Amino acid sequence: MSQMPEAPLLDVRGLRVDYLTANGRVRAVNGVSLAVKEGEVVGLAGESGSGKSTIAHAILRILRPPALITGGEVLFAGQDTLKMDDAQLEAFRWSRVSIVFQSAMNSLNPVLSVREQLVDVMQNHGLTKEQANRRAGELFQLIGIEPRRLDSYPHELSGGMRQRTVIAMALALNPDLLILDEPTTALDVVVQKDILLQMARLREALGLAVLFITHDLSLLVEFSGRILIMYAGELVEGAPARTLFDQPLHPYTVGLMNSFPSISGEKRRLTGIPGSPPDLISPPTGCRFHPRCPKAMAVCSQAAPEMKIVSPEHSVACHLY
Amino acid sequence: MKYILRHLALYALALWVSLTINFLLPRLMPGSPVSALIGRMRGKFTPQQIEALKKAYGFTDAPLIQQYFDYLSHVIRGDFGLSISAYPARVSSIISTALLWTVLLGAVTLLLAFLLGSFLGVLVAWRRGGMLDGILPSLFNFIGSFPYFFLAMLALFFLAFLLKWFPMSHAYSDDLSPGWTWDFAGSVGTHLILPAGTIILVSIGGWLISMRSTMIAVLAEDYIVMAEAKGLPERIVMFRYAMRNAMLPNFTQFGMSVGFILGGQILTEIVFSYPGLGFYLVRAVTAHDYPLMQALFLMITLAILMANFAVDLLYVRLDPRVRTE
Amino acid sequence: MSTTLQIAPSENQTLPPDRSRSAQFGFLRDLLGERKALFGIAILSIFILVAIFANVLAPSDPTRFVGRQNQPPSGAHWLGTNGQGQDVFSQLIVGTRVSLFVGFTVGFFITLLGLAVGMTAGYLGGFADGLLNVVTNVFLIIPALPLLIILASYLPPGIITVTLVLIVTSWAWTARVFRSQTLSLREKDFVSASAVSGENTFHIIFLEILPNMMSLVVASFFGNVIYAIAADVGLAFLGFENVTTVSWGTMLYWAQNNSALLTGAWWTFVPPGLCIALVAFGTTMLIYAVDQVTNPRLKTEKEISGVLRKYHIHSRRATPVVHESNA
Repeated sequence: MSQMPEAPLLDVRGLRVDYLTANGRVRAVNGVSLAVKEGEVVGLAGESGSGKSTIAHAILRILRPPALITGGEVLFAGQDTLKMDDAQLEAFRWSRVSIVFQSAMNSLNPVLSVREQLVDVMQNHGLTKEQANRRAGELFQLIGIEPRRLDSYPHELSGGMRQRTVIAMALALNPDLLILDEPTTALDVVVQKDILLQMARLREALGLAVLFITHDLSLLVEFSGRILIMYAGELVEGAPARTLFDQPLHPYTVGLMNSFPSISGEKRRLTGIPGSPPDLISPPTGCRFHPRCPKAMAVCSQAAPEMKIVSPEHSVACHLY
Repeated sequence: MKYILRHLALYALALWVSLTINFLLPRLMPGSPVSALIGRMRGKFTPQQIEALKKAYGFTDAPLIQQYFDYLSHVIRGDFGLSISAYPARVSSIISTALLWTVLLGAVTLLLAFLLGSFLGVLVAWRRGGMLDGILPSLFNFIGSFPYFFLAMLALFFLAFLLKWFPMSHAYSDDLSPGWTWDFAGSVGTHLILPAGTIILVSIGGWLISMRSTMIAVLAEDYIVMAEAKGLPERIVMFRYAMRNAMLPNFTQFGMSVGFILGGQILTEIVFSYPGLGFYLVRAVTAHDYPLMQALFLMITLAILMANFAVDLLYVRLDPRVRTE
Repeated sequence: MSTTLQIAPSENQTLPPDRSRSAQFGFLRDLLGERKALFGIAILSIFILVAIFANVLAPSDPTRFVGRQNQPPSGAHWLGTNGQGQDVFSQLIVGTRVSLFVGFTVGFFITLLGLAVGMTAGYLGGFADGLLNVVTNVFLIIPALPLLIILASYLPPGIITVTLVLIVTSWAWTARVFRSQTLSLREKDFVSASAVSGENTFHIIFLEILPNMMSLVVASFFGNVIYAIAADVGLAFLGFENVTTVSWGTMLYWAQNNSALLTGAWWTFVPPGLCIALVAFGTTMLIYAVDQVTNPRLKTEKEISGVLRKYHIHSRRATPVVHESNA
């Protein structure tokens, strides 16, 4: 990535994550480095299984067994979360970085009311009950739900309301960084748009940084400053949103761009990307994308390409450049 | 709500089936049990009295359906007839005290075993693969392999007979009379320890393992990851998020386990000569006292259905999703 | 529009498990590697052998009066004599036969009956399912032992009575378990494939669904055996078995009725109780081991525990960080 003038808020360096499975070790994240500046919105895109969610979970160290973090650093305002003990993590989580998961229904405790779940995290970080309750009301107004719904149970809310509830929860402690892990995938299109607009407004109002993870590139265009593309556990390209859309460099990115129709845009022939994502237990040699790449050369199967800066703010990991 | 009503319907059906079994069995089986009674009493009754007896026990010459409805109407009124072995005592008077003792023992053991077992199950599941998890499930599994009454016999022999630490039989000391006094309550308490203790020991394993496996399933859920991501302290995640949810399937299990544990309780009552429903049931069987036997069976079934119903009510309170069904 | 590109196969499309010979040997191999399984198999084998060769192993005829009553264990009588002057050790050995026989027979038939009811209800669904379900639930809720007592009291005491009564009353739990398993297997793709290719219901139930339930069936069978042995002992203790038969249950019956507890004759009731517990425990270990081996999730968990232990990682609340050299 290009040099940052000041230290980034989140600085992930060479992160490696393995999963132990019955068939062997899966290297789900293979030496990924990325950074998010204060107040910046960074989009992270890739297919299911490309490792993007894993990175998000690894930052907060909430990956479940059989996951194992096997290398790298995750520096947040100078502190390495990979070195924190339980007590430090408890203080760090939610107050500096919070996360919104894909399925709000599954993120919410079914036997507690929404209020109880909102308030407990605030009380845990020092607020009194009254303060916490007041803030819960404010948060709900912020996301556009009547505060009286605070006493509902998760199953009594609609899908869109649940997702907004989870967003409100994520903002409860005014974190510096908000990670959105496929926040709208489980919702229908109309609600999706609604929520995204609301998030954009919130972000402007509150000024927090956002790491937006999704497989849907079209969402990132309007929302992010910079976009990073992941494939098979590795970062392959990174550029400001507009630049990426106008000039995608990596063949995978090009394929992604051509894979979805645009309702409003010009008519375009849809092409997919032939083949399927690689088996991460024994991934392809050299560049992991080479078996599916229309522009593969001999060197691609022999050596893994390094991330090169091609133009200001635009990096790509490909032997073509 | 629908949940409760559905269960009530099942209980009503089960009750009806029990009643009908009670009615049909003596009439289907070879050799009328009334003739067994009469055989015992021969020489003590005149033929007219025998006829009256037959009628009193419902063995009239009326068509089966008529007998059935007569039987049902008697039962509803709480009239179970006269005991044969304790003739002419009324069955209802015998079972009313027995019911109290069984419910006392049953409630104490069930509650304690459930609470202890569940709590241990939560701990063991939280630190999976840890030291406690290696020892406790297997240990309680081993203890639970013993038949209830065998442990009762062991306890009776070693702790009561040899060491004389606890009383050997009955629900309270023979030289006390029942009443609301501390002495009496204390006596009841000490007499409860061995029977309750053995049943609890044997049944704890079941609750532990059951809670452990529901906890393990719940711990894999996303809202637990969310709770951890929120930076909540360990005990809140373990109890408020995990246990509150893991408890629920165990409640539905509870109903079925009650019947099973009560079976063990019956046998334990015999070992300790504890005057509950089980104790009288077996005595009734030995004496071929069919009216008493049937009434006891009904009472036991009713007690179980009521325990189930109580658990259903509690469950509706604990799981908000069921309320809006 | 979303760019849902090629993803991993959907959950529903699980392939039917590998039923080849090598897979089955693999299963046996894994099983024997589990200490618990070995322990369980050893115990069961010992008892089964004792049951088979009981007549040869017993030092004397268990029904004959061979000594004074209630004699403690001695050289002549390894476990002493009971209240009737019979040799306890011989009784224990011969009693194994009856207890195991009833246990396995009842266990087998309960499993069979449970399979029949459960799979029918699970596969057919609709009215048949509803009806069978209600019947199952009623049998589940009516307390077992009291029902057993009532039923058995009208029949002559003996092994046949006990066996029959146990089978008739104890199938419900197994039926419920098999029903839910059948329900979930029914939704799998290989079943639909089979149906679409024109196989009839019997074929689907017995040749497609049932083989995939085998580990559950085996576990249920052994579970039922444990239950049957315990229930049989309970019924015998209450006097429902012919009290001249020699079995572990009747030994306990006589111990209770001869007030062994009050005369201090612990050797008349402790050995049979211990044997019951050993058989039950050993079988439970076996079931547990079968579960460990056939459940793939448990296998990976063991591996992970191994890795964590190797690196001395104890925290369960945060993803472990292990800095290894590039694997």
